[in-house]
Amino acid sequence: MIEVVSASRCVTCDVCIAVCPTNVFDRGAGGVPVIARQNDCQTCFMCEAHCPADALFVAPLTHPAPPDSPLRDEDHVTDTGLLGSYRKELGWGRGRKSGARTAVGPELGRARITPAPAQGE
Amino acid sequence: MTTTALDLTADVVIVGGGPAGTWAALTAAAAGADVLLLDKGYCGTSGPTASGGTGVWYVQPGPAAREKAMASREALGGHLQDRRWMARVLDQTYENMNRLEAEARYPFPVVDGVAHKRGLQGPEYMRRMRSWIKRAGVRVLDHSPVTELLVDPAGTVAGVRGHRRQHDTGYRVRASAAVLATGGCAFLSKALGCDVATGDGALYAAEAGAAMSGMEFSNSYAIAPAFTSVTKTAYYGFATFFHGDGTPLAGAGSQGGRSVIAQELLRTGTVLCQIDHATPEQQALMRSGQPNFFLTFDRLGINPFTDKFPVTLLLEGTVRGTGGIQIVDDDCATTVPGLYAAGDAATRELICGGFTGGGSHNSAWAMSSGTWAGGGAARFAAALGSSAVKRRLTGAGGVAVRPTGSRPFDGDPWAEAQDVLRRQVHPYDKNYLRHGDRLRPALSELDELWQRLRAGASADPAGTPRLRQAAAMVAHARWMYTSALARTESRGMARRQEFPGLDPAQHRRLTVGGLDELWVRPESLLAPRPELAVAS
Ligand SMILES: Cc1cc2nc3c(=O)[nH]c(=O)nc-3n(C[C@H](O)[C@H](O)[C@H](O)COP(=O)(O)OP(=O)(O)OC[C@H]3O[C@@H](n4cnc5c(N)ncnc54)[C@H](O)[C@@H]3O)c2cc1C
Ligand code: SF4
Ligand code: SF4
Repeated sequence: MIEVVSASRCVTCDVCIAVCPTNVFDRGAGGVPVIARQNDCQTCFMCEAHCPADALFVAPLTHPAPPDSPLRDEDHVTDTGLLGSYRKELGWGRGRKSGARTAVGPELGRARITPAPAQGE
Repeated sequence: MTTTALDLTADVVIVGGGPAGTWAALTAAAAGADVLLLDKGYCGTSGPTASGGTGVWYVQPGPAAREKAMASREALGGHLQDRRWMARVLDQTYENMNRLEAEARYPFPVVDGVAHKRGLQGPEYMRRMRSWIKRAGVRVLDHSPVTELLVDPAGTVAGVRGHRRQHDTGYRVRASAAVLATGGCAFLSKALGCDVATGDGALYAAEAGAAMSGMEFSNSYAIAPAFTSVTKTAYYGFATFFHGDGTPLAGAGSQGGRSVIAQELLRTGTVLCQIDHATPEQQALMRSGQPNFFLTFDRLGINPFTDKFPVTLLLEGTVRGTGGIQIVDDDCATTVPGLYAAGDAATRELICGGFTGGGSHNSAWAMSSGTWAGGGAARFAAALGSSAVKRRLTGAGGVAVRPTGSRPFDGDPWAEAQDVLRRQVHPYDKNYLRHGDRLRPALSELDELWQRLRAGASADPAGTPRLRQAAAMVAHARWMYTSALARTESRGMARRQEFPGLDPAQHRRLTVGGLDELWVRPESLLAPRPELAVAS
């Protein structure tokens, strides 16, 4: 779920308010969005991808992160390079090359089926 | 009812702005129609394609390649597909993907000098579709869930009504034709991008008189790391699955062994996974192929190639299942005049049979059926001409907008619907590993809830979209289980534990419909096929 809105990075462009498919944000005082309906967040990472200022961080959990979780800590997600990492991989943002250009996965053969453990194991 | 603050008109109104809706809008606009597209969320980010991305059924023309593509899933689908429709979809998809490159400048990867068009990265694809339809003159209203269809006295669809949630105002659109492209129904499981897919379009279509087809093929469950949303499943083909104690879970696999995972989750609650059969080169390709697959792992500090991590199965219902609104002609018209259906909102049996359309077919279907529905709706609107503006409009909505009883719903209808769906639809032993002894009581509880919702549920204008979603999910579940009970065999993904084999006498599609009273009817028997097989 969405966990971090960085007030220092936010340029108050309202993009996240517009693009969130489940309408999680409201415009807060001074224009910085607030996470108004976190329970409606579907953990789709779209707000993060569209934020031009890398001001949003979506924890990959489908429930709110516990209060002491590093995934709620702006300094932690900044220092570890997680903040803005999805946008970087998509190649979105000035001077970047679209990630779609290199999006070729491995050939997919028949899916593997877990074999029974060998006799005697 | 809502006081209508905003009164709009259009030749063609498109409900839903995922791939199906945007292709429909583009085609209708190109045919000269004045097009209005309404999305519950935001056209460009909403729906599983935008957040997930899709492999695409893009096959070079040429008889050998096409024959191979059409034959590939026929047995898995229980031979319920239609070769003519498969060929049409392959042709249309080929054309649309080439247009994406030429006209929308989609940045396809280039491999050995040739553009590689077997996949689309979701955020890039859908942001381009949005700007493309805007360039084509389509008007787009976001955060504007449609809540019901409007019909004229003859029962022809003549518009829609809805609510603009960021403005808290109602709206009404008078239109000559409508396309439902609202996606499938994943029951708010939080599977990637799927919480907007609550089956709204199917409910609205049924209220106007349309039927569903293939609803027994609605039990798609996808693998995700436990407590997360990313249900991208392709790379689990390189994985080994384990019991909670780390010993191998024999027979488990992402294809052909998912039910083993479900059984173990039911039994012990824990299945571990490690993507341990990918070479370093394959691992690197996975990262560039699907960067969103790694969001969960990177953020949780898991190395999926060397660590054993817990997984779960999330319900994707008719998103990666194949059931949906029945279509009756090559334009994807429904049985209701003026109403067209496309993408996951429509049945995908014609090309998928009873097997999942995930991985390639669904995306091809969304762009092809969208193209056809948009064209059909534009022609319908043109034929109707100016007489459309004189029609008297009536709301077709029933449940949660026009209660039939005299007393309000006793309790919180939204919370109760969530509770019943959690207990009777999500569990693996109800909807996935199906048995009549468990389906029948589940269906009765859903029926009972429906009757109470129908009689008493209602909400203020701002709360109406949500309550209509709840009702749509309950309706969806009832059609699913009614069809599942009617198919007393195992075909495609619709398997019954007490009927494990295929029954040649049931080699036909099932149509289901109704709201207060449900009915189910077999279509005529299809021609016999060799080597029938059951999907896992
Ligand atoms: C994780 C994941 C991966 C997938 N991968 C593949 C793949 O590799 N290949 C493949 O072929 N398929 C894949 N699929 C399936 C594919 O994503 C869908 O088939 C496809 O998105 C269907 O497109 P659509 O336009 O019909 O619906 P959607 O993409 O679901 O869009 C529906 C739109 O309608 C809007 N809407 C809903 N209700 C209303 C309402 N009441 N009023 C207004 N608007 C409304 C929604 O907001 C949404 O924008 C995948 C699915 C998932 C979940
Ligand atoms: S998109 Fe980013 S910069 Fe714009 S308002 Fe939202 S958080 Fe601030
Ligand atoms: S992750 Fe998706 S649902 Fe959650 S706030 Fe961001 S855009 Fe909205």
